[in-house]
Amino acid sequence: MLEVRNLSMRFGGLLAVDQVSLDVQEHEIVSIIGPNGAGKTTVFNCMSGFYRPTGGEILFNDQPIHGKPDYKISRLGLVRTFQHVRLFNKMTVVENLLVAQHRHLNTNLIAGLLGSPNYRKREQKALDRATYWLDRVGLLELANREAGNLAYGQQRRLEIARCMVTEPRLLMLDEPAAGLNPAETRDLNQLIISLKEDYNVSVVLIEHDMSLVMEISDRINVINQGRPLASGTPEEVRQNDDVIKAYLGET
Amino acid sequence: MAAQNLKHALFCAIITLIIAYPILGLNLEAEGTQVVLEGADTVTVVSIALAAIVVFLFQLFRDTIMASLGRIPRLNPLANREPMEQGRRQRFETIALVLLVMAALAWPFFVSRGSVDLATLVLIYVMLALGLNVVVGLAGLLDLGYVAFYAVGAYTFALLSQYFGISFWLALPLGACLAALFGLVLGFPVLRLRGDYLAIVTLGFGEIIRILLNNMTWLTGGPNGIGGIPDPTLFGMEFGRRIKEEGNSSFHEVFGIAYSSEHKIIFLYLIALVLAVFTAVVIRRFTKMPVGRSWEALREDEIAARSLGLSRTSVKLSAFTIGAFFAGFAGTVFASKQGFISPESFVFLESAIILAIVVLGGMGSQIGVILAAIAVVILPELAREFSEFRMLIFGAAMVLMMVWRPQGLLPMRRIHIELKKQE
Ligand SMILES: Nc1ncnc2c1ncn2[C@@H]1O[C@H](COP(=O)(O)OP(=O)(O)OP(=O)(O)O)[C@@H](O)[C@H]1O
Ligand SMILES: [Mg+2]
Repeated sequence: MLEVRNLSMRFGGLLAVDQVSLDVQEHEIVSIIGPNGAGKTTVFNCMSGFYRPTGGEILFNDQPIHGKPDYKISRLGLVRTFQHVRLFNKMTVVENLLVAQHRHLNTNLIAGLLGSPNYRKREQKALDRATYWLDRVGLLELANREAGNLAYGQQRRLEIARCMVTEPRLLMLDEPAAGLNPAETRDLNQLIISLKEDYNVSVVLIEHDMSLVMEISDRINVINQGRPLASGTPEEVRQNDDVIKAYLGET
Repeated sequence: MAAQNLKHALFCAIITLIIAYPILGLNLEAEGTQVVLEGADTVTVVSIALAAIVVFLFQLFRDTIMASLGRIPRLNPLANREPMEQGRRQRFETIALVLLVMAALAWPFFVSRGSVDLATLVLIYVMLALGLNVVVGLAGLLDLGYVAFYAVGAYTFALLSQYFGISFWLALPLGACLAALFGLVLGFPVLRLRGDYLAIVTLGFGEIIRILLNNMTWLTGGPNGIGGIPDPTLFGMEFGRRIKEEGNSSFHEVFGIAYSSEHKIIFLYLIALVLAVFTAVVIRRFTKMPVGRSWEALREDEIAARSLGLSRTSVKLSAFTIGAFFAGFAGTVFASKQGFISPESFVFLESAIILAIVVLGGMGSQIGVILAAIAVVILPELAREFSEFRMLIFGAAMVLMMVWRPQGLLPMRRIHIELKKQE
């Protein structure tokens, strides 16, 4: 469903991503791993339209999406989280989820002002969806708290819930386990698997936590200094000499 | 630490002297054909010295003073009370609002003409501040040229009535829509700008509009302004002593009461009140709608908002357009109230005052903004005797406010949304 071919991204003299290719099939969890500064986040930024890649192409359901603005890409069903959590801090938890459902709502100003039946129906649906996902990630009690006041782990979960209410086809998670304690990481593990199993969402995952990656990934892509180093099933990658030398060896 | 404070305080005192003495302590006097420099009288010199001492002492004990300022809110008996329970608060708010509106409707009949006139001005500022609150408080776009849209509303009415004899009621939507159109037009070039850059461009836009109005003499009369702007009518009834327009009747004759110039003033006040309430209600509704939420999302985190499919273009443009729309309303009412407008009413200081109201009131909060509008318009009137120092007092109040309550009088409170878990 997603195909990245020979993606390159150059920042001035720095080639942050060099000829990276990867593909994601329906119903699959694909991980990108690599040492710090390898260019993982940059690959995400290109896929989500935040950067315009300097080379290569990205196809989503056989449609080219490189060079499209980020908000259009997300409307296609390609939604991401951020390495450093980006919530709407001063808004409440449910408001965060309602903002994300912008496209499912009736945004006609007059309909909204008059509270037309269609407007109210869609608003209620959005609330129901928000309720469902808050419950799913265990934040229902905190629905009316300001998002910025949540604990770190809760913010991470809220960010995922916020992506899920948009009903994406492909979810891109940038180091979702960073800063979580082992118990939280285990829950996250379960959640990601369930996203794939129960909600039929494909996941691209950037992660440093090896146990998490090895456990849940269907396939893994390793990049090092912007260049693809290896790819394959967790088992293959674990055994790859280059990978052991470049990455696993040092951690 | 102490030595550092002393040094800093000395420095500030000396700066005070350096600035104040040449400006206040030296006078240029004309003696025949010659201009000579003279020292001011002793009172001035002593005051300057006193001012320097005050600055010195303040800077020396600055930390202590600031700390005690921070303690003031704790003296507030309401500060630590439990927040009211949801349902009760809503009922309480509804009742309070209804009482407030009823009082606002009734009181002009009991007070002096001047107070009603002033209250109309307050309401105009309430409209302006609520509109700017959309742009600055909710969408987080610092707009320093907001007065331009106010001017567009006022001039639309003035010009239409002058050239086409259009009445207030027709000009009201036209003025607001034209102002909204200008908001949209300004929105396009500043789409990519944020923060300081946006502030500078909007500032420039405000000035452009004012200078255009000043220089297009053939259309707007330039600095001479436009006079003879008609008063609003009530179902074709005019409020003047004599009927100006063919086909209209006169209010006092229809009702068989004696003519009083107060009727018109009260009527204008009531119109302003209705429009201000309308503005508040509509904007309040917006904040609970997808548009309002997207404004706030953009303010909070533009990148995240875009990653969720919000288009920066439409969100920003809608904020500018809707904010400008209400400024157009206010402008039309203003033109009608004054009967005469000139570019002088739409200088940058106006934008600054409206912005000050929004910031003082607490960004995004409606009640706060309304209270601040009342304070900012009425206090200078009360302090008429000190009118020379109006700006000084105003500035000092702003500084104090920002130190003491940087979040504004009444910071915005989030809307509580009840969620029911479905089985
Ligand atoms: N906007 C940018 N401008 C210039 N250089 C950039 C930019 N974004 C990323 N880089 C550089 O590209 C390289 C790859 O960065 P990237 O953030 O993609 O690494 P990463 O693999 O996500 O690392 P980490 O594990 O630390 O998150 C780094 O050297 C970084 O400094
Ligand atoms: Mg990264």
